Amino acid sequence: MPKKFEPEAMVGGKITNLSLRRWLHSLPGVDKVGLEARAASLGTRSIKTTSKAWALDAAIKMMDLTTLEGMDTPERVRSLCLKALTPDPTDLDCPRPAAICVYGDMVPFAKDALGKSGIYVAAVATAFPSGRASLAVKLQDTKDAVKAGADEIDMVIDRGAFLSGNYLEVYKQIQAVKQACQRKDGSFAHLKVILETGELQTYDNIRRASYLGMIAGGDFIKTSTGKVTVNATIPITLLMLQAVRDWYDQTGIKIGVKPAGGIRTAKDAIKYLVVVKEVAGEGWLTPDLFRFGASSLLNDVLMQRQKLKTGNYSGPDYVTVD
Amino acid sequence: MFEYAPAPESRALVTFQSSYGHFIGGKFTKPSNTYQTISPATEEFLAEISTATAKDVDLAVKAARNAYEKVWSKLSGAERGKYLYRIARIIQERARELAIAETLNNGKPIKETRDADIPLVAAWFFYYAGWADKLDYAGLGANPKAHGVAAQVIPWNFPLMMLAWKIAPALAAGNTVVLKPAETTPLTALIFAEICQQAGLPDGVVNIITGFGQTGADLIAHKDVNKVAFTGSTGVGRLIAKQVAGTNKKVTLELGGKAANIVFDDAPLDQAVEGIINGIFFNQGHVCCAGSRLLVQEGIQDELMKKLKRRMETLKLGDPLDKNTDIGAINSKMQLDKITKLVKLGVKEGGEAWAPNCEIPKKGFWYAPTVITGVAPTNTVAREEIFGPVLSVLTFRTPAEAVAKANNTPFGLSAGIWTEKGSRILKVADQLNAGVIWANTFNQFDPASPFGGFKESGYGREGGRHGLLAYLKGDN
Repeated sequence: MPKKFEPEAMVGGKITNLSLRRWLHSLPGVDKVGLEARAASLGTRSIKTTSKAWALDAAIKMMDLTTLEGMDTPERVRSLCLKALTPDPTDLDCPRPAAICVYGDMVPFAKDALGKSGIYVAAVATAFPSGRASLAVKLQDTKDAVKAGADEIDMVIDRGAFLSGNYLEVYKQIQAVKQACQRKDGSFAHLKVILETGELQTYDNIRRASYLGMIAGGDFIKTSTGKVTVNATIPITLLMLQAVRDWYDQTGIKIGVKPAGGIRTAKDAIKYLVVVKEVAGEGWLTPDLFRFGASSLLNDVLMQRQKLKTGNYSGPDYVTVD
Repeated sequence: MFEYAPAPESRALVTFQSSYGHFIGGKFTKPSNTYQTISPATEEFLAEISTATAKDVDLAVKAARNAYEKVWSKLSGAERGKYLYRIARIIQERARELAIAETLNNGKPIKETRDADIPLVAAWFFYYAGWADKLDYAGLGANPKAHGVAAQVIPWNFPLMMLAWKIAPALAAGNTVVLKPAETTPLTALIFAEICQQAGLPDGVVNIITGFGQTGADLIAHKDVNKVAFTGSTGVGRLIAKQVAGTNKKVTLELGGKAANIVFDDAPLDQAVEGIINGIFFNQGHVCCAGSRLLVQEGIQDELMKKLKRRMETLKLGDPLDKNTDIGAINSKMQLDKITKLVKLGVKEGGEAWAPNCEIPKKGFWYAPTVITGVAPTNTVAREEIFGPVLSVLTFRTPAEAVAKANNTPFGLSAGIWTEKGSRILKVADQLNAGVIWANTFNQFDPASPFGGFKESGYGREGGRHGLLAYLKGDN
């Protein structure tokens, strides 16, 4: 069931484009220099020994292992799923990623390969990555994926509508996709709302889009598709973590955050976890509330993990390609 | 959960001598009248330090005079610049060592010495090295002259940085110096003396003498000193002003502050919280320009205080050598007692003190980051400089009231303005009586930017072209 709160109470009246605009534009501004300085300062935290071991395992558990290519095939998806099931064949204690993230038509193959392992299948939908299609197409895209068994839906917002000031359109589309996430038994696939922050460009826009994603019913807000020039960055993720933290203060509801695209090294992943801990708090350090969308991150984390265990660097030949 | 394991910086790079003499005429004297300098975080002994007598002061001034007459005043600006560049480069090469030494002797976190103090020290020498051969363009006409011997007395809060603020412009302008570091933090100044030797700086151009207040007073009173530069408390600043009145000595004083950090209701709130934290908890609040009075517009007080307290709960207090430490030790027992006394007074006068739940180490001098709410302008904690990690919170309703309250202090060193409205920044900044005003940021320093105060915060400017002028005479 969608979590309960009153959008009308949040914006102080009926949901219209004007009321949404007034509400979103009343949020405190974001000072770019200050935000980036805070992100940089958190980046200097020194994570060693036991805390590093914890962070590396957490990074794997919070990972949406992703393949989103035009050349994806059932065999490729199966191979990735097997990687998720056994990330490190030399260490069977190695944790597994939270989910596999694929295009909608690959969901059946992923479900088949993952079985009852507990690893979720996330499907990108709504004419990913551009989102430039009719609402009917976007909804059908979503329904197909849910029907095929997707546990999670990663939708994109209509950036064109957002940038032209048509917040109501963005809001309505998210709500409609949310409804399309409903399964036959009445339960809902988890909805992640991709803001495509690289196209929104300003931090003020990103804060507003975050709130729009939350008020419209998203379970997660996600930075990027991974398909544009600027994807996840630490300042953007920090800003979105402030948004979910403040939203929790107002509503008592915890929304998740998923940075995606461009996070390739264990070192980067640990920096993100530091930001989660110090901005949103330890309560967000769970796969239910924080995910990395990444394809090549897993192997770097595995190499760092092996290094920490054995004291020696192995190399790419000692982790499996997926 | 995700607790940060200890990540201590290694001390291996730093070797202190067991005892230090004064650095006079390019050589260290034999240690005499020694006292012990300690690490305020652990109270462990670091080295024996000499106390300079009036006779030692005289020797140091004579060495400086001699170097000025015979060597330094005869060098071209370009030659002086070469030495300054060399010193700047050595500071960069030895940056980690200096950062560790500073953290040990001062108690401030390695994060700050590594990322702020020492980089700024090098930047100051690089900046003024560039001026040394361009004095004709300083705005004093052609060929401005140095004063001669400069007596410089500096505080313990930024030991090496204050040294750089004093020595770099003095040498670039062609003066020679006798500098006295604070009694609790002499070690980086003594390492700097070694750097002067390493750079091949002519003997006597820089002299460093150590000791207590009397040594400083003897130095400033010395009749062969031409220029006095002091950074420290307003009380001592007054004594110095009296002491040099009626002499030909030029004086610059950089004294206390009680800066207002003004947050309007249209401020970028999350960044304002960071600015407040940086403004008052940077360097344990041992900052003359600290944003120690938070002026917050009434309508956002609750929201801002909630965010601020939550942020304060993430501050890590402890071992200053740990790379994750945000709040280090208070520099001395004396300072700790002063902070404790003032906060008690603040509570007695009706303020409400709050501090996050953080573990205080058993040894050493520590004070938890503290915020006092419900402070009225009449309260002591709104008027006196606490010089510790203590923030006093006052409210205002209108911009005019904010300006009136901000200016209602005998000090006038710095101020901060937080608003998304550019025109308000300009208008309010224009009305504030402070030497440095930051907009949507706080505690930013750059060698190209002049720094200094109004009223009881002192006179003269350090940094930039203005800072250079304090060490030069014009043609007239």
